[in-house]
Formats: sequence, C-alpha cells, structure tokens
Amino acid sequence: MSLFSDPRWADALSHLPDYLGNHVRVSLAALALGLIVSLPLAVLTRNRPGPRGILLALASIVQTVPGLALLALFYPLLLLAASVTLAWFGISFSAFGFLPAMLALALYSMLPVLRNGITGLNGIDPALIEAAKGVGMTARQSLAMVELPLALPVMMAGIRTAAVWVIGTATLSTPIGQTSLGNYIFAGLQTQNWVFVLFGCVASALLALAVDQLLGLIESGLRRRSRLRTGLGAVGIAALVAATLVPTMGRSPQGYVVGAKTFAEQYVLSALMRDRLQAAGLSATARSGLGSSVIFEALKAGDIDLYVDYSGTLWANQLHRTDIKPRAELVAELKTALAKNNITLLGELGFENAYALVMPKKRAEALGIRTIADLAAHASTLSIAGDYEFFSRPEWAALQKAYGLQFRAQRQMQPDFMYAAVASGEVDVIAGYTSDGLIAKYDLAALDDPKHAIPPYDAILLLAPKRVGDERLKAALSPLLGKIDIATMREANLRASGNDANSSPDAVAKWLWGKVDKR
Amino acid sequence: MPSKLAISYQHVTKSFGSLKAVDDVSLEVAEGELLAIVGGSGSGKTTLLRLANRLIEADGGTITVEGEDVRNVDPVALRRRIGYVFQSGGLFPHLSVADNIGITPKLLGEPAAAIAGRVDELLELVQLDRAAHRDRLPEALSGGQRQRVGVARALAAKPRIVLMDEPFGALDPLTRDALGEDFRNLHRKLGLTSVMITHDMTEAILLADRIAVMRGGRLLAQGTPAELSTSSDAYVLELLRTPRRQVERLNALLPQSGAA
Repeated sequence: MSLFSDPRWADALSHLPDYLGNHVRVSLAALALGLIVSLPLAVLTRNRPGPRGILLALASIVQTVPGLALLALFYPLLLLAASVTLAWFGISFSAFGFLPAMLALALYSMLPVLRNGITGLNGIDPALIEAAKGVGMTARQSLAMVELPLALPVMMAGIRTAAVWVIGTATLSTPIGQTSLGNYIFAGLQTQNWVFVLFGCVASALLALAVDQLLGLIESGLRRRSRLRTGLGAVGIAALVAATLVPTMGRSPQGYVVGAKTFAEQYVLSALMRDRLQAAGLSATARSGLGSSVIFEALKAGDIDLYVDYSGTLWANQLHRTDIKPRAELVAELKTALAKNNITLLGELGFENAYALVMPKKRAEALGIRTIADLAAHASTLSIAGDYEFFSRPEWAALQKAYGLQFRAQRQMQPDFMYAAVASGEVDVIAGYTSDGLIAKYDLAALDDPKHAIPPYDAILLLAPKRVGDERLKAALSPLLGKIDIATMREANLRASGNDANSSPDAVAKWLWGKVDKR
Repeated sequence: MPSKLAISYQHVTKSFGSLKAVDDVSLEVAEGELLAIVGGSGSGKTTLLRLANRLIEADGGTITVEGEDVRNVDPVALRRRIGYVFQSGGLFPHLSVADNIGITPKLLGEPAAAIAGRVDELLELVQLDRAAHRDRLPEALSGGQRQRVGVARALAAKPRIVLMDEPFGALDPLTRDALGEDFRNLHRKLGLTSVMITHDMTEAILLADRIAVMRGGRLLAQGTPAELSTSSDAYVLELLRTPRRQVERLNALLPQSGAA
C-alpha cells in the first residue's frame, strides 16, 4: 500500500473546506482588526516617545504569553463581558469560538505591525519631513504623500510577519471552539493519526505562504505604483475569502452540536453520540478538541448541546469539593447540583476514567503487589511517573496521606509515553488512566484502591440547559447509558491509538456501537 | 534703498533652550533683490531664513512678508507662495522628477494638464532635458541635476520670493559656478526676490546684490560688497580677506590674457 492510497488522506481532504474556510476567516478577520488598531496607533505615537514606549512594551508582553494560553484567557474574559452586557443592556453574545479566537489573534498580531510601523516612520530622513513642510504640505498631506509611502516597505514587512504569525497561531484556536486547521493537528496528535497532523501542518504552512506572497505582491505594487500588482494581490486575498465562504453558505443549520475534549476517548464518544442522533433522524455535528475548562462553560452557554464529562472532574472543578464519596452517591449529588443550572445529567455510560496507579502485571505479581497498600511497602525503592498535572492534583495528596506513599523518585511525562516507559522498566509505577487502552496492550495492572483515596471518575452524559425537555434527544442517547464497560472502552481506546485506517474516531465509534448494540 | 520691501525682520529673536540662535536681528530685503546671508555653522543663518516662511516660529520681534505680518498668515499658505530650495535638494525619493517639481501646484489644486505643462516649462528653465529627466527618480540624477530640480520645484507655483538654504554647497566647483550663474540669470529674468544662505564669501560676492553677515545669532553687518569692505568689524574683514587672497593668488598664477 503506497503512502497516498491510505484512506485517511481522503478523510482529511473531506474536512478541508470546513477547516480551511474557518481558519482563513478567523485569521484574516484578526489580521484586519489588528491592522485597524495598530496602524493608527503607530502613526499617532511616532513622535511621542512616552506613549510609544508603553505601547511597545504592552505589545511585547502580549507576545511573551504563549499563544495557547492567550487564546484560552479570552474565553473567560468574554464570558464575563457577556454576563455584564446581559445584565446592563440585555444583550448577550457567544464567548465561544470565533470571537475570542479573533480577539486574541488580533492582539497577537499587534507587535510586529506596531514595531515596524513606528520604526518605518521614525527611520525617515528628517530633512524630507522638513522638505514636505517647506513645499507647503499640511501635517496630514506630509503623512499621506511622504511619510507613509517612504515607511511602506518596513511597515509591510511587519504586516507580513503578523500575517504569518496569526495564521500559524490560529491552529491553537481549536480548544476554544473555533474550527481551524488545528482540528487536524489536535485530533491527529490525540489519536496518533500522523496523516492528520501532517495534513494540518502542511495546509497551514501553505496558507501562510500564500497570504505572505499576496501581501508581498500588494507591497511591490504600491512601491512601484503598479495598479496591476496591487490589484492582483488584493483580488487574490479577496478570492481566498470568497472561496472559503462558499461552502459554508450552502450548509444547513447545524442542529445538535456534540462536544469533545482533546483526547482520543472523547473523539470516539462524540462520534458515537453523533451517529446515534443521526440514526434517530436528528441532524448533528461534532465539535472536537475543546479545552477541558472551556467545554463545560460552552455547554452551560448552549454553544454545544451535549458531551461526556467525568464525575470527579466536575465534583472538584465545578462544585469545588475536596471530600470523596462513593461512586453512586457522588453522581447523585452532582446531578442535583447541575440541575440547579438546568444542566441535565442524563446518566453514566458505565465505565470510569479515573487515575490509577499502574505497573506491569508480571512485576506486580513477582513483588506480591495487588493494591496500593501493598505498593506502599515497596515504594521507597521504586520510581513513579505521572502526567503534567497529576502531582499537583488533590488525588496525589490524598493517596500519599492515605497510604503513606513515599517514592524514590517522581517524574512528569507526556501521557502517551508513560505506558511504554513503565512497560520497558524505565519507571516502576505510573499514574495512568483506568480506561486507557494501553493498559491492555502492554499487559499492565491497575492497582486496587481499598481506602478509596482516588475519587470516582464515572463517564457521565450531560445535556445543555436548552435541551432540558428534549425527549427525542434523550431517547436517541438512552441506548448508550450503562452499556460501555471498562474493558470495552479500553479496547476502543486501544483501537483509536492505532496508526491505520481503522483507527479513526469514526471507525472506532462504529465498532463500539456494534458491541453496545448487542447488549 | 530701492522701492518696496519683500521681507522685513524687526528685532527678531529665537532661542532653542538656552541657545540664542537669532538674537535681536533687524534686516530688510527689498523687492527684486538677491541677498546672501553669510556665516559659519551655528551662526543662526538657517534659523533666520526659516523664520520667514514659518518653518520655525519666532520668539519675539516682527517679521513681515510683502507687507503682511507672518503671524497673521496661515503658515501652509505662506509656504506655498514662497519658493524654498533645500540643502542638497530635499527631493522626495519615491517621486519622479516631474512629480517632485509639480508638488506645490498639485497641493494648490491645479489641474493635472496645467501642472504637466508647467513642469516641462520649468525643466527647460533650469536647463534639464525634458525627455531624459522627466520620469526619473531622484536617485538616478547627479548632484547638480538634483539641485536644478530643487530650484525648479521651488519655482513651480510662480512665487515672487525664493529662499535658498546653501543650495550649491555640496556641489563640485565647476557645477557650483555654472549653477550659481544660471540662478542669478533666472532671478533677474523672473524678477524674483531671493535670499540665499552660504558659508562661502566668494560665492556671496559673486552672486548677491547685498550681503548680510551673521555670527553667534547676531547680525554683524549688511550691505553691498563695497560697503562691507569699509566695515570696522574684525570678523567681517576676516571673511573678506579670503576672496582677496584668492584673487591675488589667481592673478599671480594665471596668465593675465588667458582664455579663462
């Protein structure tokens, strides 16, 4: 089988109009907004060192904030703004997707535009500005006829840099709900679909290159006073925008939107739910790759209609509880609390995706370890690895306290690599996830937690407030409730982590439905 | 003194911080006159020139142009009716020779066809070949050609007054001499009032009707070359000594009946 006969290429291509169109729209809108704000600021502050310094410093600070964090920050900021405008003016707007992405990217584009704008304007020979005054130009004429044309090459270089940055960074707007070419990259990284990752990277690089070249054409047209070049560049950009608008205009309203967080299990479950809704004759789309902190707010605001979360996550993050209750009791209490916000907890899917201490089955047997209590006796000679957040989570503190765990060493690792590391003996124990398919693949054992130090993480299905009385929706989803046990989910996750055509979330969702339907 | 005044300075002062660039200067320029202001760097001569078209605003005293106090005239309108030739041209590098020359008429809203005709006329007046230079960018011109374009630009809106800031300073001696002569002829032909800054007393004596000598912001002396030579000021006499020495050297070195 040659590289390009892989059906995943066709799959990737089928998403291109949607992902590329959204990507182009959000980046060009952000760039345009950035220019509208930055260029006048550059002009106004060019002879005022004080404000200019402050402005450049602010823009530099924005630049030091990692793109992902900047985008994520805009979501809560806009939620706050939306609640304020709702309270004061009775107007609300969606803080999800396009708006926060565009605002954050516009902010991101400001530094190169400002810096080059100011540098370009300040770099003009003062004798020429004097000459402009001397021949009888007003300040505005001097700006338009002499200063801006002379600063143009440097300013355009800044605009081109900003365009490339914005198009590249726009791939990070996927987690805040803005569809972009980043959807390929996030989905691909999580499901080990390298075709998707490659496709997303190449597509965004080509887009950046194309826009850069078109801006270059406009620049050389303005410099050489060639209407043809300027026109061709402008038509190119306009064509890009128009081409990306066409597919969306013909599209029907979205119907139900199924949300998914940024890992493989979520991609599979959202595909499964979407298929169920479609099978029931309801129109539905999946919105994948949403950040963990964004997705619940998006549900509350009605930007998505349903998604799967985990009881322990909401218990800690939404109810801010630190006590631990038995599985059923915790879900029941959560259900009551969520109902106050009109959010429906439809039910459990049947499996848990909790943290668990995991080690190779053979090693555990050899050491006589079955539970975490057994492990505690050996811990001082063993090393443990966890994901980036585990060691700062309350579970870890609770585990250490309950069992008196004291390891020889602890390390942080990318979750995908932890399982291979423990299987190969690189580390002795890992803090894995109970539903992870790699537990089965590497013949690992999840140790029991007899003292219930780790809170339960039941997969639960949530519905948005506006779907509270939607019986058709509930009926379509009810066949899934309680039907997915931990072994089945592990196998589904294992399939999704494969690197072939059968490992796409859609394919795994179909396999999973085949299993569930028989029950 | 001949007829009406084109420009008059009365007790004019201008300071930059603690530096007195122009210190109580009174000077009159008659209509049709070519006045040279001579002085070393920092003498205040450029400041004095720029006060006339309000490129710099005076701190005290009165300046009138064609009888009007400049403080009562819109500075932009004032500059459009006074020609200004900048040191080393001051041409806009992104505009063609024709666009540089036509800039002030364009600002005044004259129709494009009229401007184009005027540009051709001016190129002829400053002795530049129309076809060869019209559409060039300034970077493609020699220093002398650039300064000729600078003069053409200053004359484009048919001003009666032309101010020139060391117009020939950066040129080689031959070009400088030719350009100086050509300008003097233009000045006569067009009936201009011209004020020219120079640090070269020889140039001033050869071109100007009258000379004003500046030093340290003060006007030391003014008058025809002959009047200046009777001055009692040591600095003025020192300035006049250089051209005299040059004449003596030249007379000694060159045959009296030479072709030059």
